[in-house]
Amino acid sequence: MSDIILLAVFPYVALVLGIGGGIYRYRHDRFSYSSLSSQLLENRRLFWGSVPWHYGITIVLLAHLVAFLIPGIWARIIAEPLTLYTLEVTGFALALAALIGLSVLIIRRLTQPRLLAVTTTMDWVLLAVLLLQVALGFWVSLFYRWGADWYVHTSVPWLVSLASFNPQIQYVASLPWIVKFHLLTGFFLIALFPFTRLVHVVALPFWYLWRPYQVVIRNRKM
Amino acid sequence: MKIQSQVSMVFHLDKCIGCHTCTIACKNIWTDRKGAEYMYWNNVETKPGTGYPTRWEDQDKYRGGWRLDQKKNRLHLRLQGKWGTLGNIFYNPYLPTLDDYFEPWTYDYQNLFDAPEGDDQPTARAVSMITGKYMDTIEAGPNWDDDLGGSQVYANNDPNLDGASEEERRQMQEIERVVFFYLPRICNHCLNPGCVAACPAAAIYKRGEDGVVLVNQDRCRAWRMCISGCPYKKTYFNWSTGKAEKCILCYPRLESEQPPACFHSCVGRIRYVGLLLYDASRLEQAAKAPQESLVQAQRDVIMDPFDPEVIAAAKASGVPDLKIEAAQQSPVYKFVKRWGLALPLHAEFRTLPMLFYVPPLGPVLAKMNKGMYDTADADSEGLTPMMSALEKSRMPLRYMASLLSAGNEQIIRDVYRKQMAVRLFMRAKTAKDVPAAEVEKALTEGNTNAQEAEAIYRLTALPTYEERFVVPAMERETAVEDLFPALDPVARNYPVHKGEVGIGYRRDPRRGP
Repeated sequence: MSDIILLAVFPYVALVLGIGGGIYRYRHDRFSYSSLSSQLLENRRLFWGSVPWHYGITIVLLAHLVAFLIPGIWARIIAEPLTLYTLEVTGFALALAALIGLSVLIIRRLTQPRLLAVTTTMDWVLLAVLLLQVALGFWVSLFYRWGADWYVHTSVPWLVSLASFNPQIQYVASLPWIVKFHLLTGFFLIALFPFTRLVHVVALPFWYLWRPYQVVIRNRKM
Repeated sequence: MKIQSQVSMVFHLDKCIGCHTCTIACKNIWTDRKGAEYMYWNNVETKPGTGYPTRWEDQDKYRGGWRLDQKKNRLHLRLQGKWGTLGNIFYNPYLPTLDDYFEPWTYDYQNLFDAPEGDDQPTARAVSMITGKYMDTIEAGPNWDDDLGGSQVYANNDPNLDGASEEERRQMQEIERVVFFYLPRICNHCLNPGCVAACPAAAIYKRGEDGVVLVNQDRCRAWRMCISGCPYKKTYFNWSTGKAEKCILCYPRLESEQPPACFHSCVGRIRYVGLLLYDASRLEQAAKAPQESLVQAQRDVIMDPFDPEVIAAAKASGVPDLKIEAAQQSPVYKFVKRWGLALPLHAEFRTLPMLFYVPPLGPVLAKMNKGMYDTADADSEGLTPMMSALEKSRMPLRYMASLLSAGNEQIIRDVYRKQMAVRLFMRAKTAKDVPAAEVEKALTEGNTNAQEAEAIYRLTALPTYEERFVVPAMERETAVEDLFPALDPVARNYPVHKGEVGIGYRRDPRRGP
C-alpha cells in the first residue's frame, strides 16, 4: 500500500506541484525568478563550489534524461563492456565533483557572515535535500553495479509508465530501499522546485546564442 | 539614414566643485534601499585617482567594453564570446566583488544613549549594513580617495597614468604642482552598450524613444554578465534581491518634463541635458573606427538637426516634431558637435557613450616671483604665456587624452585652444588688457570667431535653467495613440508592446533569514 502511495501517487503530486507551482510563480511573481547569485559577496570559494557542482550535476542529470528518452539506443551503447565502464567511471567522477562542489557551497554558506545574511530557510532545506540526493545517487552507483544498465530495465519502464498515466510500480517495487529512496527524493526535489531558488534551472538563457547583441524596445505593434 | 533621438548630457568639468550633491540627490531617490547601499548610480571621482569601484578603467582586470578584431573587422565583447558567457554562467571570473566597491556601513548610534556609565565617552562603532556585525576597520568607502586623499596609493594607480613618464609622475607629486579635477559619472546610456550585449537573458535594453538603458527587473536572472560587460562599471548587483540595477536617467522625471535629480541638484550648474539626433544605421561603423578617430566617428554619427534631409529622415522614422525642435535647441548638440568642446569618456571602450565632458582648463605651470604668482613664461609678452602653457599644463595632455579622446592628444589640444580663445576674448572685453591683434590670433588658433566665442561664454557662464535643460515631455501616453490613430483613445485598446519595468519592487522581495 505504501508502495502505491509513494511510487504511483506521490510522483504525480510532485509533478503537479512542481510544474503547476512553477507556472503560477512565473505568472504571478516573475521578479522572484533569479539564480540569486552570491558571487558579489564571496568570490573565491564560490569557484571551487559552484563550477564542479553545476557541471557535475548537469551532466549526470542529462545522462539520466538520455537513458529515459532513448532507452533502446542507450541499452545498445552500454552493451559493450568497455563503453559501460567508461560511462560509469565518468559518471562516478562527475557525481564526485558535484558532491564535493555542493559540500564546498554548504560550508561556504555556513562560515561566511555575508552569505548568512542572504540565506533563507528554504535555501537550507534545498541544500540539505540536494546533498541527500547526490549522496544517495553516489552510494547507489558505488554499491549497486552497474546502474547504467539496470536503470534502463527498472526505473525507465516505471518512469515511462508514469508518463503514460498507467503507473506500473512492479518495475521498481522490489528494488533495494536505498534506490527507492533516491527515486522519491528526486520527485521531492521536483515538488520543491517552485518554492525555492531551483527555478533558475529553467531560466538558462540558450536563446542568447542566436539573438543579436543589442536590444532596443520601443512602443510597437505587437 | 535612420534617425533616432537620444537624451544626452554634458558635464562642464571646469565648473564642477566636487560637492557630491548630485550623488546625494541620486542616492536619496534611488539607492537608499536594502541591497543597494553600496551602489552609487551617480558618483564623483577625483582625477587622478582609482575611482569607484577601484581601478574601474583597468579592463585587463574587469574586461568591460568591446575590442576590435582588426583582421575580420568585427567587434567582440572583451569579456567573452556568447559560448563563453554560457560556459562561465556558474562563475564569472571577472566580476568585481563587494570589496572592489566597499562594504556599506552605518554606526551604532544607539550606544551613545544606552552606554552604561563609565570612564570614557561612549562611541558609535561602525556596523556592517550587510552582516549587521561590528566592523573594526573600514578599509574602503565610496569616496576613499576624494581630493587626492592617500594619493600615493590611489592617484598613483590611476590607469590613465600608465603612459606617463617617470618625470611626469614625479612632477605631479610635487606639492607646488599638485593638480586634480572632479569627474562626475553616471551611466553613459551608450549607443553600443556592453551591458546589453553581455546580458544572456536579454533583460537589459535600450529604450527606443529616448535611448535610456534599463534593466527589466522581471527578466533579470542574476547571471551578472552586465556588470562585467559595462566598462564604466555602472551596472550594479543588488545583493539582496539578486537583480542588476543601474542609473535610469530618472526616466519617470524625464517623461514629465523634469530633469534628472543629479542635474537638478547640481550646485555648480555644470550639467546640460538635451536631445541629440543620431544616425542609427552608422553606429556599427562608428564603433569600429580606428582608435585615434573614434571621437570624430562618434561626432559624425550625431546629425545636424537643422539639415532638412535629417529632419525628413527623423520624421520618417517616427521622431515627433516636438523632439526635433528640442534637438535644435539642445545645449548638448552645441557643446558636442557645433563647438566640438565636449568629449566622450573613454571612447576606446567602443560603447559609444552618450554623455560628454568639457575638459577642465587645468592650472598652468607657474612659480612665485618676487612675491607675485607668475606663469612660467611671465617675461614674454601678451598672450604667449597662456597659449604656450598648454604644452606645460600641469595636467599632462596625454592624461586628458587617455581619459577623454581615446589617446588622441590633438583633439584635447584643439578643445583647449578654443577654450583659451574664449577666455582671452572675454578678458579683452571686460579687463581690456589684451591687444586686439592677440585676441584675433587666439581666435584663429582656437578655430573660432567672436560670435561663437560669445555664444560659448554665454552658455558656459550665464545659462538659464531653460537653456541647460531642453527635453520635452515624453508623452508616452499619447505616443501610443500616434501609432494607432484610428483606435479608440477612451477604451485604450491599443495592441502595442510597451517597454517593461526598469526598476523597482512591486512586492517586498524576501531574502535572508
